[in-house]
Amino acid sequence: MIPESVRETAELLASQDYLADRPLATTVHLALRMHRPLFLEGEPGTGKTEIAKVLAAGLNRRLVRLQCYDGLDLAAAAYEWNHARQLMAIRLAEAAGETDRARLESDIYTRPFLQERPLLSAIDPDQSPAVLLIDELDRADEPFEAFLLEVLADFQITVPEFGTIRARTPPVVILTSNRTREVHDAIRRRCLYHWVDYPDAPRERAILARKAPGLAERLSAEVVAFVQRLRREDLFKLPGVSETIDWAGALSALDQQELDPATVDETLGILLKYQDDIAKIRGAEAARLVAEARAAAA
Amino acid sequence: MTAPSPPQLPGRRLAANVMQFARLLRRAGLPVGTAEITAALEGLALVNLGDRGEVETALAATMVHRQEHRELFDRAFALFWRNPAATRQEAMLSLLAPEKLRPERPAPGSRRLQEAFAPPRQGRVREQEAPPAIEAVLTASERERLQELDFEAMSAAEIAAAKAEIRRLVLPLDLRRTRRRRADMGGPEIDLGGTLRLSLRQGGEILRLARQRRVTRPPPLVVICDISGSMARYTQLLLHFVHALTNLREHVHVFLFGTRLSNVTRQLRHRDPEVAFQLVAHIVPDWSGGTRIGEALATFNQFWARRVLAEGAVVLLVSDGLDREGARGLAANMDRLRRSCRYLIWLNPLLRWDGFAPRSQGIRAMLPYVDEFRPVHNLQSLRALVSLLSRPVTRGRSLDIWRKAA
Repeated sequence: MIPESVRETAELLASQDYLADRPLATTVHLALRMHRPLFLEGEPGTGKTEIAKVLAAGLNRRLVRLQCYDGLDLAAAAYEWNHARQLMAIRLAEAAGETDRARLESDIYTRPFLQERPLLSAIDPDQSPAVLLIDELDRADEPFEAFLLEVLADFQITVPEFGTIRARTPPVVILTSNRTREVHDAIRRRCLYHWVDYPDAPRERAILARKAPGLAERLSAEVVAFVQRLRREDLFKLPGVSETIDWAGALSALDQQELDPATVDETLGILLKYQDDIAKIRGAEAARLVAEARAAAA
Repeated sequence: MTAPSPPQLPGRRLAANVMQFARLLRRAGLPVGTAEITAALEGLALVNLGDRGEVETALAATMVHRQEHRELFDRAFALFWRNPAATRQEAMLSLLAPEKLRPERPAPGSRRLQEAFAPPRQGRVREQEAPPAIEAVLTASERERLQELDFEAMSAAEIAAAKAEIRRLVLPLDLRRTRRRRADMGGPEIDLGGTLRLSLRQGGEILRLARQRRVTRPPPLVVICDISGSMARYTQLLLHFVHALTNLREHVHVFLFGTRLSNVTRQLRHRDPEVAFQLVAHIVPDWSGGTRIGEALATFNQFWARRVLAEGAVVLLVSDGLDREGARGLAANMDRLRRSCRYLIWLNPLLRWDGFAPRSQGIRAMLPYVDEFRPVHNLQSLRALVSLLSRPVTRGRSLDIWRKAA
């Protein structure tokens, strides 16, 4: 199931149309074999979340996704007691003349009353092995990180009223962060760390060939050359790979055979997401980059 | 026990090399401990040891925990793996000489690496093999820096007093409602889970409703502080202020700028102010130089804003607004900063109420974009600074007066 070598890991990712560079494939391989969580940081749109999805599909595991946000708490992330159902059970017990308090208490704090949330679901020994994606951890707050430590270290969750639930097969855990906040060192130390960078031009062309099949080779080369040049500009938010893919799709929907400055200006909003950036590039700057990209792709 | 031995159990030589490498990283300032060494060995057993790239990635994934450390790691790896035994010697050391790495100035961390390769005379005679030339250059510039940063040592009592002052600090908008709740019998919301747990003590009868309320927390505070020449007389006071702040409050980030922006948060976390200031002095390149406010803010917006301005951060900008570059790019970057944070307070320690009109270009460029403007004509004590910042919000009229004067 789990690949035996770095090459096999890279092939596994490639079989799901994810083209990882060598360091990333090595790190993923190590995470799988060492049963360590993998902490991926990088700019938005570089394919961090995608890795979890691809691994789930490639390893034939279910994907459990936890999207983080400020104030994410135990009830939303791990488990919650079903209070309404517990109250109903108490009423029913009363109606049936049940008076044994201890027994009542032990009855309503059992598994059927426990509502599973993503973290618990990922380590549930009664379900099939999972890939757990903890997405955008930087959006959660620090109390949540502290809670995560137990899950990441031992793949277990302790429910005070119930006991400890431990995974039978440790889940593959992928954590991602866009660095809108620094994630605490304690989390980092439990994980393997990898910084996901923008791909170089040949790899980005290969990604485009997989993700936007049917795109003319010439246009694809120009698109990549243009985006690669754009990433060297002094912009507030650089375009990621997902933007490249979207943009290539847009150009092909517009029946473009090659880049021309007018169309680039019109579709710049797909690559750049801040008005300041668009204003800076639109017009002369875009025309210059298009000329350069066309020369480079020729 | 007949547990199957892991495949390719790393040889003893490899283990020794990894430990040696870990020591090197540690001396260069990377937090590498036993856990990292164990993980690294475990990782190495799973990759092809003949492939340098795989070895490097395996070591990096297990021993480096943040991207900022990666450059230092890469250089240490390049040197160490070429010839582990020779890393302490002159030939290797000279490869790290700043003029070969970067022509203009040493890359951050390269000095730390040099020290790591050749620890400064710790009673061992052998270390004297280190080439004296490089060391002399570096220590000279370091001494210079520390001289510029001429601080009087504060006594323990003075430090305690300073901290007591800072505890009184209440910044405007200092409470942020979080989405967390805590049990509070007088709280406004009903806590169903708590009610149920209470009722079980009464045999399942609900006699009392458990209640809860929202937790409020101070938002993150980001201090961006001008340490250029014109601010020199306040630098010491401000550093003590940010040091105490960093150690007392959660979520404080501190940036210093003159012509360049430096993030000194980690250095300031050191509890001893003198040690903290020495660490700060190491990484700040431009004490008491010129000011490029626009450029510093541009750097902040580009590289840090998204990382430190989450969760409704309040930004405290301390600057006199006197810009060497004639306020180039200042307005646009102030605008971006204001839009990225929840509340922007500008503390100007050089403005006078009596007859001063904010005519400087820098001040005019900045004023339209702040939520709060706190001028102070003579900033002499922490007490004054704390009470100044703790004043209630003065939004509206007083800010308008300043804007009109500009």
